[in-house]
Formats: sequence, structure tokens, C-alpha cells
Amino acid sequence: MTLSEVVKVDGVAGNFSVTVKESPRYVDMEKCIACGACSEKCPKKVDSEYDAGTGKRKAIYVKYAQAVPLKYQIDAASCIRLQKPGACGFCEKVCDAGAINFDDKEKVHLINVGAVVLAPGFEVFDPKPAGVWGYGVHKNVITSLQLERYLSASGPTEGHLIRPSDGKAVNKVAFLQCVGSRDENLCGNGYCSSVCCMYAIKEAVIAKDHVPGLHTSIFYMDMRTHGKEFDQYLERAKEDAGVRFVRCRIAGVETDGESGDLRLRYVNENGRQIEEFYDMVVLSVGLQTPKHVLELAHTLDIKLTADNFAATSDFAPVQTSREGIYTCGAIAGPKDIPQSVVEGSAAAAAVADLLAPVRHELTSVATFPEEKDISQEEPRIGVFICHCGSNIAGVVDVKAVEEYAATLPDVVYVERNLFSCSQDTQEMIVKRIREQDLNRIVIAACTPRTHEPLFRETLKAAGLNEYLVEMANIRNHNSWVHSKDPQAATAKAKDLVRMAAAKVTFGDSLKPISVPITQKGLVIGGGVAGMTSALNLAKQGFEVHLVEKTDTLGGNALNLKHTWAGEHVPTQVAKLIDKVIWNDRIIIHKECVVTAVDGFVGNFRSTVTGKDGIAKVIEHGAGVVAIGGDAYIPSEYNYNSITRVVTAVQFDKLFELKEKHVKQAKRFVFIQCVGSRESDHMYCSKVCCTHSVQSAIALKKENPERNVYILYRDMRTYAQREALFKQARKLGVIFINYELHGKPKVTEVGNDIQVEVWDHVLHRPLQIAADMVILATAIRPKEDAADLGKLYKVPVDANGFFQEAHAKLRPVDFSTDGMFVAGLAHYPKPVEESVAQALAASARAATLLSKTQVSLDAVKATVDETYCDGCALCVDVCPYNAISLIEKGPAGADGKRAIQVNKAQCKGCGLCQGTCPKRGVYVSGFTMKQISAQIQAALAV
Amino acid sequence: MLDTKKVGSVMIVGGGVTGMQAALDLADSGYYVYLVEKSGAIGGAMAQLDKTFPTNDCSM
Repeated sequence: MTLSEVVKVDGVAGNFSVTVKESPRYVDMEKCIACGACSEKCPKKVDSEYDAGTGKRKAIYVKYAQAVPLKYQIDAASCIRLQKPGACGFCEKVCDAGAINFDDKEKVHLINVGAVVLAPGFEVFDPKPAGVWGYGVHKNVITSLQLERYLSASGPTEGHLIRPSDGKAVNKVAFLQCVGSRDENLCGNGYCSSVCCMYAIKEAVIAKDHVPGLHTSIFYMDMRTHGKEFDQYLERAKEDAGVRFVRCRIAGVETDGESGDLRLRYVNENGRQIEEFYDMVVLSVGLQTPKHVLELAHTLDIKLTADNFAATSDFAPVQTSREGIYTCGAIAGPKDIPQSVVEGSAAAAAVADLLAPVRHELTSVATFPEEKDISQEEPRIGVFICHCGSNIAGVVDVKAVEEYAATLPDVVYVERNLFSCSQDTQEMIVKRIREQDLNRIVIAACTPRTHEPLFRETLKAAGLNEYLVEMANIRNHNSWVHSKDPQAATAKAKDLVRMAAAKVTFGDSLKPISVPITQKGLVIGGGVAGMTSALNLAKQGFEVHLVEKTDTLGGNALNLKHTWAGEHVPTQVAKLIDKVIWNDRIIIHKECVVTAVDGFVGNFRSTVTGKDGIAKVIEHGAGVVAIGGDAYIPSEYNYNSITRVVTAVQFDKLFELKEKHVKQAKRFVFIQCVGSRESDHMYCSKVCCTHSVQSAIALKKENPERNVYILYRDMRTYAQREALFKQARKLGVIFINYELHGKPKVTEVGNDIQVEVWDHVLHRPLQIAADMVILATAIRPKEDAADLGKLYKVPVDANGFFQEAHAKLRPVDFSTDGMFVAGLAHYPKPVEESVAQALAASARAATLLSKTQVSLDAVKATVDETYCDGCALCVDVCPYNAISLIEKGPAGADGKRAIQVNKAQCKGCGLCQGTCPKRGVYVSGFTMKQISAQIQAALAV
Repeated sequence: MLDTKKVGSVMIVGGGVTGMQAALDLADSGYYVYLVEKSGAIGGAMAQLDKTFPTNDCSM
């Protein structure tokens, strides 16, 4: 439902009545085929929201070229006709599909749902009202989102970086961080937006790719690259790409008068005033909750934090204050893409927990008429040629193509359609298939990428096997690219149709493949992530086996006292353990490890071996790896020789026990990044800055007379944690920055511990006498992670953490189907992110476990045993481990070997077919016969 | 609460990457989903980005 907004939610969790207001589009979605004629004729140009104001759009427009739904809409506020009845109306005149409807009205829908998930996102901070650093005054000061558009091939300059003021090539760019973040004076947003450091680095690196020799400088306070592989990217940006990083406070941005160049003034780390000139200044704008979302929160009666984000618990990070209403993404705090996607899945898990009893009640399975057996029939090909409005017909002589198609072998019927994909044409094609007794279909239209699924459905509706269709792409590959040469385009269209017909002649009915699913889950690791995941799956109705290596549930959380937001961890963990133990559907295997694995998605068989050596085989359809991480045991800073040099975890215990040395101590020094962000461990452990700041606050609150120092490299109190950093400074905690090349030195001098660190203000080493030194030690991956990974064929990264399938879009999936990852096993993270990821893993697993079988595309590698001699060349090239070598016949017989394809793992890529020297394997739907017929047709001119 | 008849459908408000992920997971696990989007097309903020870390994949 597009152009729609929720205006009211009545009812209770499980049964809400939601009022949705749908604004008029003024374009009939059923009729619009997105040919673009309307937009071309529309005389009204306005700033494009999609291009963040860098480019223009028309009053009738699609949001962007790949928009879904790809339907035009009229912006009533700028449409000449809608503002003045009787005027303009060009779009209506040129629309062949008759889709324009100026009388379209607002509609109100009342919808009954069991739960509501809020994912309304964020808006970027607008620096214009406050005129931040001359934005809105100097044309060459732009926002980071605008730079994204300038760098984009689909943007206003098609990826060429030029100055907005004069179109001059850009040679020097400055990025100013924390615009609209960490600054209550100018913008009112005290929190850190979490994502700007990383996107600024990315933009700087990409901009350098676009403009060879481009100078890029990033001016920042703290470089907050705390995500997975972010620090490595930061180092590469510095070392390889040559991006310059300057830690400073900006004093001003001015123009030098006429040229449009910008003068940047700042105070550097040595306290000196510096002036530099730039062609362009990019403001790294932060994220904030838009006004309409605040209103929505108010309407829905959900509570917000002081920073205007949805208030949630760290142990239920997607649950709002109102039962049955969930959040995900930036509404509950600024966050990056992977974390947002994780929360999307986590919200799905939370909903499935609430609505488990009514799963499948409102969904239905489409039914189709019985499939006709065509194996004994001669080919009777029907060709449907699409005009696509004027998209194809405006260039290609479609009538000539129609006449030509009728002359091709086995073609018995040809027809032209204005729009082959429209609903009425679909019905017509079904009718023609039956009338003309067609058994092979060629659609000469656009791309199979978007439209093949639609035409497959059409064939099914006519009782034909869905694989008996072939598309000839005479639009994207032809009329669009050869629009200036209609004659050649017509000839090429004929070629494409001839090739498609030749291929489909040898097409077979392919049987759908389905694999049964064991509707049980396996969770490895009994920490917070593992328990959360197991509990959610159990509450969704699935039996779960929870495997824990030690004799205790709880994992690393047993060492934690408070989350960053102040929630008491032991209470919450105890509750969680209780729920897990008392849940009938969870079978706990303590002091057990996985020792062998067999099977594949939907059908795993994992062998779990106990300390006593007894092995059990567990059958499960999906698995979650949540084995956690380890605390790094330091050797630096004389940790081993000075007893009052302790780790953060040790300090927490001593502090809680009111141990006398801590109680009496007056001088504390925290040292950050111990074992993180250096040489072989180039990653940030993410939680330590916040942890030390929290401890420092607690020490100061207990006794304000204490001297508390935090020696840090970049203070990474990201997102709403920034409030803690601010509070610590206010309480008088002293923050001293150090660099990797100038690490602090810790020695014992009599009763004191001496900490030496370089003072950037005084330009000389600073000696701090301390009673206690606390090391913020790193989080390390489990040592046995790689071994477990091998069993399930899932990889670990260079640091030893498990590698997800896709850093952005599949953050909890493994590349091996049916396996998922959560918690510290994936990367260091705080409690609420572990919980969200654990819920997400459950949601992803439930998409499999909720089905009794999984149906797969029939385009799969198939072995031809007459030719396969078991040379096994294909085994190595298969990227999905789908091919194995087996002995044929009884053991000890002639010993003939052949390959076997696991259809559940095969993706039909065809590498095996290309590699096979003997035609021993082929991909269904792309047989040698089909492909060679197609090639011969291509050459037969 | 005990008397409430639960309904097997869900409304997702927002059609960016987050909302779409929630919608897909719920639809794939047996719930009827209404995806409500304020603008004329789904895709959200990610669709505006040029390329994304770490692979420099096109955001589309």
C-alpha cells in the first residue's frame, strides 16, 4: 500500500483495527505500464526528493528508475492541472494506457491485524534553517546525501563530481563530521548518529575513484568505525586510498569572494589555527526522527527516549511500550543498514511469538488447473509480441516481426499486444493457449528478470508446464539501446524471436522439486543470544535443541552488571534462564558439543557429544550458531606483574563487592583498546568505551573527590550512548586521547602505579599516579569457532568471527542455507544487539521451519549417467558444494563412479555443465540441445 | 486479553530495508502482511545511496 499512512490504531495486541489513509496517486496502478510518456510531456519541473534536491523531477514521476511498484504518480501540489482545473493535462493526452485519473480521491481503509511493526525510518538533519557552515548560502557546501547523488550513475551528474556553483571539476573536498549529531547548541541532537563516520569514509574513497588525484580530508572529533570490518576499511582508506583524517574542531567555513572556493578554519591538535581552501565542503549530516513519526508515536501511544527515539528494553529491543506494537530500524535509535535489517527480522520473530497460534490462518496457497502432458505432442509454438506502449513499437517495426515470426518452424500462432504484461492480456494469453492448443510460448517483450515469473504463472493458469516459456528481450536489449536505428532494431528483434523459438522447441516440462523439512531447530550456545533464539523458536511452536558446552546457561552475560541503558543484567539473565528451563519445547544438552554434521537445509543431522563421550544424533531443519566470544587476557601494561592492574570484568566484580582497595582508592586510570584495533586484531570490540565510561561515572558518583582518567584512541559511545560520555565529562572524568604509536606506559613505583601518556595540549609526556589501572580488554572469537564452521561448511573471517552471507542484506544468514548466526560469535556487540540478532536468527529459521516442505526452482543440474564417467572435474567448480562423487553398483563390483547432485543445494548456475568434457551433466531448461538450437538460430541468417 | 481472538495478519509501517525485511520474513513464515509506505514506492533511504561498504555494491 503506497502513498499510505497509519492514522489510528484501536484494539489490543493480537487484534488491532488500523485506520490507513491512502492519498490519491492520480494514476491507475492497474493501467500504468511505466512507459514514461507522461513524464516526458509534463511541463512542470520541481526539485527531486530522491536526488536530495540536487536534480529535478516532473510533477508526474516515478520516485526512481527501479521503483517498486514501477507506477507513475502525480504530485498534486506541483501539478498544473490539479492546481488549476482545465489547464495543462498533457499527460492524460499522451497516455496510451489511459491510466491518468485526475478525479482520483483519498481513500480510507480499516484493516484488522494481529500486530503492528513500525519501521518508518529516519530523516537526515537539515542544516539549512541553522545555516550550518554556510549551507544554503554557499552553493558548494552540500550534504553527504547530496554527495551520494552526485556520485551515483543515476544521479543528476551521472556520477561526475562537479561543483554546484560553476560546474568546475572538484579537486579538493572536505568532509565535516557530526553535523546534526553530538551537538546540542546548533541542532539540538546530543546523540551520535552512528553511521556518519563510516559513510564519510566510504564517500571519500569512492569520490577518489571517480576523480583521480582528488584530495579528500575528513575533519572529525572521534572516528567511530565500530562495526564489523569497519576499522580495516578505515586503515585502508588512510593507507591505500590516501584519505586524510584531521582530528579537530572547525572554527568556520567562508567563501573567498567570487571564485566559489571555500576557506576552512580550524584548530588542530597542537592548538594551532589553520586555514585551508577547498572546492567543496560536505556536511556529514546525522539522522533524526521525522516530525510525522513523532506524531505517529503520539497517535499510537508509544513512549520515546529523551533523544526522540522509540523506548525499548535492551532485552526486548523491538518491543515498544504498547503490547503488540513493535519497532525496527532507525525509529529505535540511529543505526546502520545491517543492524536495521537484523531488527526487521527480529520484529518478525517477536510478532510470530505473539501470533503463533494463528499462523497460516490468513494465508492461502494459489491453485492451478491440472498440468497437460505434452511429451508426446509435436511443438505448437505461440509467439506474443509486445509493443510496450511505444517503448518497443516506437522503434521496432512490430508488424514486420509478427509476419516474420509466423514463418518460423513450428510457430502456429502469432499475436501482438499493446502490453503483454497487463492483466487483460494475461487472461487473453491463457485463452489463446487453450483455443490454439499451444504447447510452447515465446514472449517477445522485456526482461525475464522482472517478468518471467509473471508469464510462468500465466502458463500454469492455462494448464501448461511453467518452464515451456521463453522470453525474447526486444526492449532492454534492443529498442532501448538501438533507438536511433529502427531498421537494425527490427532485424535484431527478428533474430531474438527466432532464437527464443528455437530454444523453446526443445523445452521440456520440468517437474517442481520439493524437499521435506524437519520442523525442529538446533541452537548452539547457551548464552543470551542462544537462549533468546531458542526461546523464541519454542514460543513460535517449534521443538528446539539447545547445546551448551559448559554446565551453566548464561554465557558471557554472567559477568555483566548493567547494560548501557542501566538495566540490571543478572536479573534479566536469570529470568531468561528460567523461561528456557521451563519451556517444554526446549531440550537442553549441557556439557555437549557438536562433533559431526550431515545433511542440508531442512534436513540436518547433527551429532552432539557429551563430556561423557555419549553421542546423540539430532535431526533439525535449521540451526543457529551462537557460541559467543572470549575475553582477551592481556599481557601488556604489566598486567601480569602489577596486581592493581585489572581487566574491566575483574574491576566490575571488585567494585560490586566493595573490595577495600577499590573502595579506598582515589586515582583510577582506564586504558582503552587493549587488544583491539591493532596489528593482527584490527577490529573494535564495540562495548569497551561505553563500559569504561559507565564505570567511571559510578566511581565519580560514589566519591566525587576521586580522579578518574580515561585514556582512549577514539571515544566510541555511539548512538544514544553519547549521553553517558557527556555525563562523565560533566562529573569531571578526564579524557586523554592517545595514538597507537604512543601507547601509555604502566609501571609500579612504590605504592603508586605510574601511567605515562603523551599530552597533546602540553606537548610533553604526562605522568599520572594511580591507585588502580583498568584495562578495557578486547572480545575475541571462540577458539573452536573455525572447527565448528567446517562441520556446517560456514566460514569465519580473518579475525576468527563467523562470516555472514552478506554484510548488509543478509546479516544473520550463512551462505549455507538453513544456518544462521547470532551474538558475539558474529562480532563483538552489546546485549541489545545480541538479543536482536538472536531474534532475527529465529525469524529467519522460522521461514523454513514453518513449512513442511520447501519447493525449489526446477532449473537444476542433472546427471546423464550414460556419459558421466566420474572424472569429478565438476565437483571442484561447484560453488555450492552440491555435487559429490559416488560409487555406482554394489561395492567391489566394476567400481564405476559417477557424480550425484544434491538438488536442494544446487542453484542451477551451470558451471558444472560448462566444465564437463563429456556431456555428463546438464542444467534442466538449458540443455545442450536447447542452447545449441539457440546458437544455430542466432547464426542462421 | 484471553477473550481476544488473535488475527493472523500484520501491518508493517514503512517500506525501507527494515520494513521490507520484516514483511518478507513474516510472509515467508505464514502471516498475511500489509506493507504500508508513505511515499509512492518502497525502497527507503538505501535506494538513494550510490554504493555501500564493504563490497561497493550498487545499493539497488
